[in-house]
Amino acid sequence: MSTRPQASGGRVLGRSVPRLEDRPLVRGKGQFVGDIAFPHQLHMRVVRSPYAHALLRGIDRSVALAAPGVVSVWTAADIADLPPIDFRDPANEALRPYRQPLLARDRLRYVGEPVAAVFATDAYLAEDAADLVTIEAEELSPVLDAAAPPSSFAPGLTTEALVLRESYGEVDAAFASAHVIVALDLEIGRHSGVPLETRGALARYDSSRDVLELYGAAKVPHRNRDSLVRMFARSAAGIVLKEGNTGGGFGIRGELYPEDFLVCLAAMRLERPVKWIEDRRENLMAANHSRQQRHHARVAVDAEGCVLALEDEFYLDQGAYLRTHGARVLEMTISMLPGPYRIPAYRACGHFRLTNKTPAATYRAPGRYEGSFVRERLMDAVAERLGLDPIEIRRRNLITRAEMPFSRPLSALGTEVVYDSGDYALLLDKALARIGWTALQGELSRRRKAGELVGAGLAIFVDKGGLGPADGTRVSVDTTGAVELVTGGSNVGQGFATAMAQICAETLGVDYRRVRVVYGQTDRIAYGIGAHASRASVMTGSATHAATLKLRAKAVEMAAALLQAAPDELDIMDGVVGHRDRAGGPSITLGEIARQLAPDSPTLGDRDPGLDAEGWFRTSHMTYPYGVQIAVLRVDGDTGAVTVERYLVAYDIGRAINPMLVEGQLVGGVVQGLGGALYEEFRYDERGEPLSVTLADYLMPTLREIPPIDVLLTEDAPSPLNPLGIKSAGEGGITPVGAVIAAAIDDAIGLPGGVTQLPATPQRVKALLRRRRESQAAT
Amino acid sequence: MSEPVEVTLSINGRDYPLRLEPRRTLLDAIRDECGLTGTHMGCEHGVCGACTVLLDGQPIRACLMFAVQAEGAAIRTIEGLAAGDALNPVQRAFIAHHGVQCGFCTPGFLMLATGVLAREPDISDDELREVLSSNLCRCTGYQNIVTAVRAALAELRGGAA
Repeated sequence: MSTRPQASGGRVLGRSVPRLEDRPLVRGKGQFVGDIAFPHQLHMRVVRSPYAHALLRGIDRSVALAAPGVVSVWTAADIADLPPIDFRDPANEALRPYRQPLLARDRLRYVGEPVAAVFATDAYLAEDAADLVTIEAEELSPVLDAAAPPSSFAPGLTTEALVLRESYGEVDAAFASAHVIVALDLEIGRHSGVPLETRGALARYDSSRDVLELYGAAKVPHRNRDSLVRMFARSAAGIVLKEGNTGGGFGIRGELYPEDFLVCLAAMRLERPVKWIEDRRENLMAANHSRQQRHHARVAVDAEGCVLALEDEFYLDQGAYLRTHGARVLEMTISMLPGPYRIPAYRACGHFRLTNKTPAATYRAPGRYEGSFVRERLMDAVAERLGLDPIEIRRRNLITRAEMPFSRPLSALGTEVVYDSGDYALLLDKALARIGWTALQGELSRRRKAGELVGAGLAIFVDKGGLGPADGTRVSVDTTGAVELVTGGSNVGQGFATAMAQICAETLGVDYRRVRVVYGQTDRIAYGIGAHASRASVMTGSATHAATLKLRAKAVEMAAALLQAAPDELDIMDGVVGHRDRAGGPSITLGEIARQLAPDSPTLGDRDPGLDAEGWFRTSHMTYPYGVQIAVLRVDGDTGAVTVERYLVAYDIGRAINPMLVEGQLVGGVVQGLGGALYEEFRYDERGEPLSVTLADYLMPTLREIPPIDVLLTEDAPSPLNPLGIKSAGEGGITPVGAVIAAAIDDAIGLPGGVTQLPATPQRVKALLRRRRESQAAT
Repeated sequence: MSEPVEVTLSINGRDYPLRLEPRRTLLDAIRDECGLTGTHMGCEHGVCGACTVLLDGQPIRACLMFAVQAEGAAIRTIEGLAAGDALNPVQRAFIAHHGVQCGFCTPGFLMLATGVLAREPDISDDELREVLSSNLCRCTGYQNIVTAVRAALAELRGGAA
């Protein structure tokens, strides 16, 4: 059961109030890591492998060492005491040999791999010197196709790091008795988050206190602190991570990369602050990639179009090494692929394969962008085969409200997959009504008759968020009445501080602008779950609610004693405690209560001093928001270019803390998804040379490519798993976009099942148009 | 590497006498030599527009110009948009319409929009979209950025009428 918080005074939860973060940002006063400088800092420049695959024979750094401003040049030999970068969570032992060393040892495995690090007094000089480091290597043939048979990674190891199999139900029997079996071969391209701010790190070691500080942290500062503690064998109190402003996260920023360890180590060993800001070329070939998968999927259906079983074998192109996530994207692809449909039997087999490309990891909606494309393509194919409407086929398979909570015998991120709440059919109806589906079909048909290649596509999906296990926050009020909320969260641009301030303000009864939200500072709070996998609002938000309720109770108890009233007669409005029903009666401000609770206050009594409280939230299950998206688009018959004309996002958030922020997340996600569906792709030539190393080659959407995007935000299925009923918003925008666009292109060109590969670039769409002409000519 | 030269940059009405290598970009000079870090480095090849500043009123990419080339020009950066605590209409509109998420591209968009609105107050909506297409944002999906700039434009026109 979900209940509204004990709200009073604030009335800010659920409202689209302006963000607290914005004022400094619009004045150029944000503090991104590149904006920080310390006296006597050194600049690091990384020398990167120009080879996709080679045996490293030697590195000559003598010329670089003699260059102006150079303080040191490191190769793997200088840091031989440090192990490869570990997984954040405990992982399968068999994956360990595939981890990435900080600097390449005897083998170069991708273009962009760090080989040496130059430290100099100036960034320009560091870059000059890096050009003077020469690499001697014996080039090997690169592995570029993850679906090809595995080859050797190292003695005794193949390029197949893991094969993950999951299944439930009687899959073989279902296929044996199927009315129809539909099989597809589908590919998703290599994409990444590509935040506008490149990565950066600035480390400083204070030997007087024996504390190492790392600026530029993001996403999971506490978890990363713990990884650094293990790597450097230091105490947790001896390493402090500090997050300032972050120029976009999307899952890829804020992971620990070789460069983060190198600046920390250099700050300690060279005893000067060390700063590293990557350039865009490095960013596109060294920061995590994602998405690239090839699926062989088939589905068995009965005569009514009800799915009896789904089977999927796929190949994940992991790139050259495993990074901090281990095999998480592989797991997520499998566990979330079935989506909103019943699917009584399911078998998936994921091949986790190494290639000689940039290592891959999580990018916003990891595994679900890919899995939604596969599942929804299958549903469209089934509809086509049975001659049914694509919406009707979906309706027949949707899990109903009556079946909630719906348990699927799979696990996701270590939890059982149990959809907590939802009414998928209701949202589908609302989405169709919102876009005027029937009228739209008529309009499209008229335009097609007039010769236009126009079409509409739809996809339904379930997302996930709010993964535990626990998060805690601390809230306090000072004697001026100012509130400080200390979290272990992370603010990567999503408006985390504003959302947390809203929950705190509403629960306590103060103006949300009086709440200062602290995040990303590991020395301010011992534990923090960070901002990843869409969990911040649910986990940190629920912990904030719990902490603030405790603080509120303490304030009201003290006020009751001072005002000689019963606590349940009192309420807090705008930071003032007074009688609930008696305006103008005796009252006291929260600041005054804080004064009365000071350690030396004569009125303190036997209470614990201070107006503060700590609260925790624990959960063992995730929340499952869901959505429907519809695109209307036009294809240019000559060039194959796709113009998206309209887009609808219908999304059930459970309960929105700030609808404006949720819509911002959804629209932003859709546009990133359009990039992956139509334009974005990291391409490589046959030698493994990356071809997408500038923003003129890796094509992200600009305003010109963006249609009007309508957002229908519903709150029909609050989560029963947390007191506010909230789900998550970070990834639902992007999840189904590839599937939606593929369906709409098929519809536009009249070639059902045509799109099997993302992105659907003009060249690929042109090939489809050719295929359609040929098939028309043949009939 | 080349010998440093003397150059004076005029930024937001203030002169910054600098001694720097001729190869140093205007972007790096603004950020590292003058300490005005609101102008951001996004790509260093003129695609993303995060480093957009106004040079004699014209939006330019500070990463594509050497600092020495900007001598004698009036440079305006994000730090010069507000008058004290009073934000300019575009800044206010970005807050009101949620045109900011991570805020990294924001200064570039604000300079681009401010420059364009000052130069072409009668700009059509299509042209405005075309101009705003020259900068990249990875968070907002642009929708709220356009809404914000349109609102600022309406305010400017209303004020002028």
